[in-house]
Amino acid sequence: MADESINSQYLRGKLGPDIVEFSSERGQDTMTILRDNLVATVLFLRKDPQVQLDFLTDITAVDYLGRKEPRFEVVYHFYSLPTKFRLRVKVPVPEANPVVDSLTALWKAANWLEREVWDMYGIRFTGHPDLRRILLYEQFQGHPLRKDYPVNQCQPLVSLREVEGTFVDQRSETKLVRLQHQTRRKS
Amino acid sequence: MEAEGKDLPLETMALQMGPSHPATHGTIKFNLKLEGEKVLDCDVEVGYLHRGFQKSCEQATWTQVVPYTDRLNYASPLINNFAYVMAVEKLIGIEPPVRCQFIRVIMSELSRIFDHLTCCGMAASELGAITAGFYMIEARELVMRLTETVTGARLTVTYGRIGGVKHDLPYQFAEQVQEVFRKIRSILNDCDRLLARNRIFIDRMSNVGVISRENALSYSLTGPILRSTGVDYDVRKAQPYLLYDQMDFAVPLGSRGDNYDRFVCRVQEIEQSMRIVEQALKKLPPGSIAIEDPRFILPQKEKVYNSIEGLMHHFKIIMEGIKVPPGETYFAVEGANGELGFYVVSDGSGKPYTLRVRPPCFIAMAAFAEMIRGYMIPDIVTTFGMINMIGGECDR
Repeated sequence: MADESINSQYLRGKLGPDIVEFSSERGQDTMTILRDNLVATVLFLRKDPQVQLDFLTDITAVDYLGRKEPRFEVVYHFYSLPTKFRLRVKVPVPEANPVVDSLTALWKAANWLEREVWDMYGIRFTGHPDLRRILLYEQFQGHPLRKDYPVNQCQPLVSLREVEGTFVDQRSETKLVRLQHQTRRKS
Repeated sequence: MEAEGKDLPLETMALQMGPSHPATHGTIKFNLKLEGEKVLDCDVEVGYLHRGFQKSCEQATWTQVVPYTDRLNYASPLINNFAYVMAVEKLIGIEPPVRCQFIRVIMSELSRIFDHLTCCGMAASELGAITAGFYMIEARELVMRLTETVTGARLTVTYGRIGGVKHDLPYQFAEQVQEVFRKIRSILNDCDRLLARNRIFIDRMSNVGVISRENALSYSLTGPILRSTGVDYDVRKAQPYLLYDQMDFAVPLGSRGDNYDRFVCRVQEIEQSMRIVEQALKKLPPGSIAIEDPRFILPQKEKVYNSIEGLMHHFKIIMEGIKVPPGETYFAVEGANGELGFYVVSDGSGKPYTLRVRPPCFIAMAAFAEMIRGYMIPDIVTTFGMINMIGGECDR
């Protein structure tokens, strides 16, 4: 804790009770907060003139199956363009109710990043406008980056499905019939 | 004329473009909602190249991950290699020798030149400027041969090592680079005359795919796309890694945030990257290219076969993998398309516990719908080309 930055002292002072844990390992500040405080804390971090964390770099999650309780941690990486300060915010999420508030209203980038976390870890985001799978297909069973998803598991191929919005041009078929009819009549 | 106008359908049409479309390089699908030829909305479907990068990495040892990172952004594999090994080095707390850092700078910048030449050349040839496209591919080939002389491979380089690089630069490398850069500068000069004041090119690129500065920041865009809107954010300047703080280079900025600015930003970055390589080659000190620590670097083959210690170190690294202390770190570099970050979590064993990549093109593709809304179908080709989506990185 020797290399504690000014920002970490400042944030401890400001957010005191909301911070579950604060560490400055390898020159990187990490803050663990409760998930109920997520949106309020993030909004504070974004508005506060000292830190100004206005750039959402990344959202991901880590599955600590059997190592930590609660099981999941959603990890946000923030960056500040004016002050060049990076902060990692972690939100513990229990397995029984894997739900976190969505940040899509604050950053548009959160849309796809949260969809990926849902796809890979099965953590839901309340308030997300369009929480579909993103890298995998809808029929996929399970969430592959959970530690209890077997690495060699195979899933059966999905059968062909009717795709909504496919453009089928019936006119071309009737036109073809008409043309065949015409050519037959000529010959 | 009026009678003709009445016949046109006014209802919106749904059209699926992709997953395999000749005008888009990369496997991706756009679910478009069209009114005539105008794009009302676009839903991007990614994931056709998803191969479980993260899951595979969690099964491999720390050293075995390096080849996987080649396959992320296969247009600039060296940057991925170095980003990953530097993240692990930060977690361990080691720093490679100065010569190795210079080599990493040189190879990263060569990789960036390669990536930008690919992107710009493809974008030009997609618009019918085949000549300029082939000129840039020719320049790219020169860089690729340089990469080949150093790493022994053209794309799947696997050149980075935790604690160093695979081997030293070849004999008379500086002269080769000088010769290649002379040719590239002349080719870029030709391309500039072919494209920069070309009416068709400007009409297709200028004021197309515009994204505002606020939206670009909200979508967390990085790299040339963000800089084309005028935001000065380059990881090499903002949080210098390797030896970028000793290099003299500029960060080209655009102002309008359209495709033309993105194109110009990339072309100017090629020149800046060449400047960095020239400076680094001038300053390149003699010395070793990897740390001398048998816990992380494989011993020389003579030692493996002739001494018991060498054999033990070799066995330990191959069978158990190097030991990385428990902890986590996020390390970002400036990739060719934006901020490429590795979030690495270690539990102290020989394998990564979690290895997350922050893929710049995945995040840029999230903003694609915003960029293309209100433009025409042909604009998709240019906008998509200027995002430079690389399937291997976007879908991982």
